[in-house]
Amino acid sequence: MSGRAAEQGTPLLEVSDLTVHHGQLRALDHVSLRVFPGEVYAIIGANGAGKSTLLRTIAGLHRPTEGSILFDGTDVTRVRPERRAIGGIVMVPEGRRLFPSLTVEENLQVGATYARKGPWTAERVYELFSWMKDRRSQQTAQLSGGEQQSVAIGRALVANPRVLLLDELSLGLAPVVVQRIYGMLPEILSTGLTVLLVEQDVSQALRVASHLQCLLEGRTTLEGTPADVTPQQVEAAYFGLRGAPADQGSEPLWSGSTTSSRGS
Amino acid sequence: MVWVNDIIQGILIGGLYALFACGLSLMFGVMKVVNLAHGDLAVIGGYVAVGVIAVTHIPVLWSFVIVVPLMAVLGYVLQRTVIQASLDRSILTTLLVTFGLSVVIENGLLQFASANSHSLGTDNAIITSSFSIGSQITIAYLLLLIFAVAVVVLLGLQYFLSRSRYGRLIRAVADDREAAQLSGIDYRHVFGIAAAIAFGTVALAGIAYGMYSQFSPTTGTDTILLFAFAAVVIGGLGSLWGTLLGGVVLGVAQAIGAQISGSDEFLAGYIVFLAVLVLRPQGLIARRGQA
Repeated sequence: MSGRAAEQGTPLLEVSDLTVHHGQLRALDHVSLRVFPGEVYAIIGANGAGKSTLLRTIAGLHRPTEGSILFDGTDVTRVRPERRAIGGIVMVPEGRRLFPSLTVEENLQVGATYARKGPWTAERVYELFSWMKDRRSQQTAQLSGGEQQSVAIGRALVANPRVLLLDELSLGLAPVVVQRIYGMLPEILSTGLTVLLVEQDVSQALRVASHLQCLLEGRTTLEGTPADVTPQQVEAAYFGLRGAPADQGSEPLWSGSTTSSRGS
Repeated sequence: MVWVNDIIQGILIGGLYALFACGLSLMFGVMKVVNLAHGDLAVIGGYVAVGVIAVTHIPVLWSFVIVVPLMAVLGYVLQRTVIQASLDRSILTTLLVTFGLSVVIENGLLQFASANSHSLGTDNAIITSSFSIGSQITIAYLLLLIFAVAVVVLLGLQYFLSRSRYGRLIRAVADDREAAQLSGIDYRHVFGIAAAIAFGTVALAGIAYGMYSQFSPTTGTDTILLFAFAAVVIGGLGSLWGTLLGGVVLGVAQAIGAQISGSDEFLAGYIVFLAVLVLRPQGLIARRGQA
């Protein structure tokens, strides 16, 4: 966990000076990042910090106004999202976005339509989520939120991505369910994937990440390994508190405290 | 007995209306495109059949072997160009563009094919003859054939959508095209496939109408499109079997209306159409999940 052992190699994903506008609004302002193979790279930040925009732009759903995205050394900035998915950048979108009129099995089949060769098959996904096989012919609308999230992860995995983008896995799920889903991450990583995830739940992100980047209003405010950064730094970067005193005596952000009363 | 005959005729003609409607329903279900040129495209199918028969001397009942693929290709091309370009702007733009397409087709046909009406297979025994049950009921072989074709088309579509790989992709894209893109699916290509299928059924509808009645450049909007809309709305948007039920209900209402008074034929159909819109706007068979 200390430092970035992989730093010497070439990054799998290299985002340089990415700027994205939603109409007049500048959602991302010259954000850069480099994700190395085998990493779990976590982007944290408050609502509206631009995290999801960053992930969606990497997946190809937004056009950047400036900057570039290199995937395994190839410039994919202008490549259509479906081509990126086939190339190995696969996203689990915010809010699951399953195909509601399709069964669990059909959702996985759609995910595998243009799959790369690799270890992940529907069978392997059924092994990972043991409940799924028996309920594979159910429509996904009948599943609980956590189950839907699992199917969404499965749908992405069967494409055999090289880099898996996870957008707010915890959204709308009970903490115990979030724990369980993040608990699957080591097994997923053991198949050689790289993960870039966006998470509002900072404690969860810190628990799984090997590298961390904090966004605030579209800009990077902090970057490092979880071991490198102090709770105070994260808090300052998350809320934009400049020169926040280090010894306020407040609980660190990730020990389960609520964040609502902690504004400026 | 007269009423029994009316109901039988209405049910059979419902098959033709279902053929009119299923392409419209498919394009709306998958791409959310209300294709106002739908009827005119069926008329084009009829004209293409006239031309193909004149050139190749293929028997009229087999003309679909050539016309359906031709129209399917036209559907794919139109979808990938004009319709997709309008979809990229907004759903409303597709209304304007398909309306424009309709006007262009009608006037183009008037220009190049004149206002004369055409029909198909008036010299074919199967198309023109009928058989009787008792003294009151007469059934045209053609209507029976069209009804059977409609059922086969709907069964085929149902099977294709629920079982085949492309059917699955069409349903996925209809559900959520962005999520489909994230799974590597080019939704524009899938839209093209869906349009090709829809245009194939439109070609069948045009040929069937040409055998049943006669068409001229304006038949598309003043008859086919209206009946297709009525059948789709009565049956339930996006439901394949709903289009057959909608076609049958429309056909029966028209037959009964005509029995009451010759001039009430179409009025009766539209009254049912209106009643369904008011009382059960989701249609008789509401769409549940499946396209």
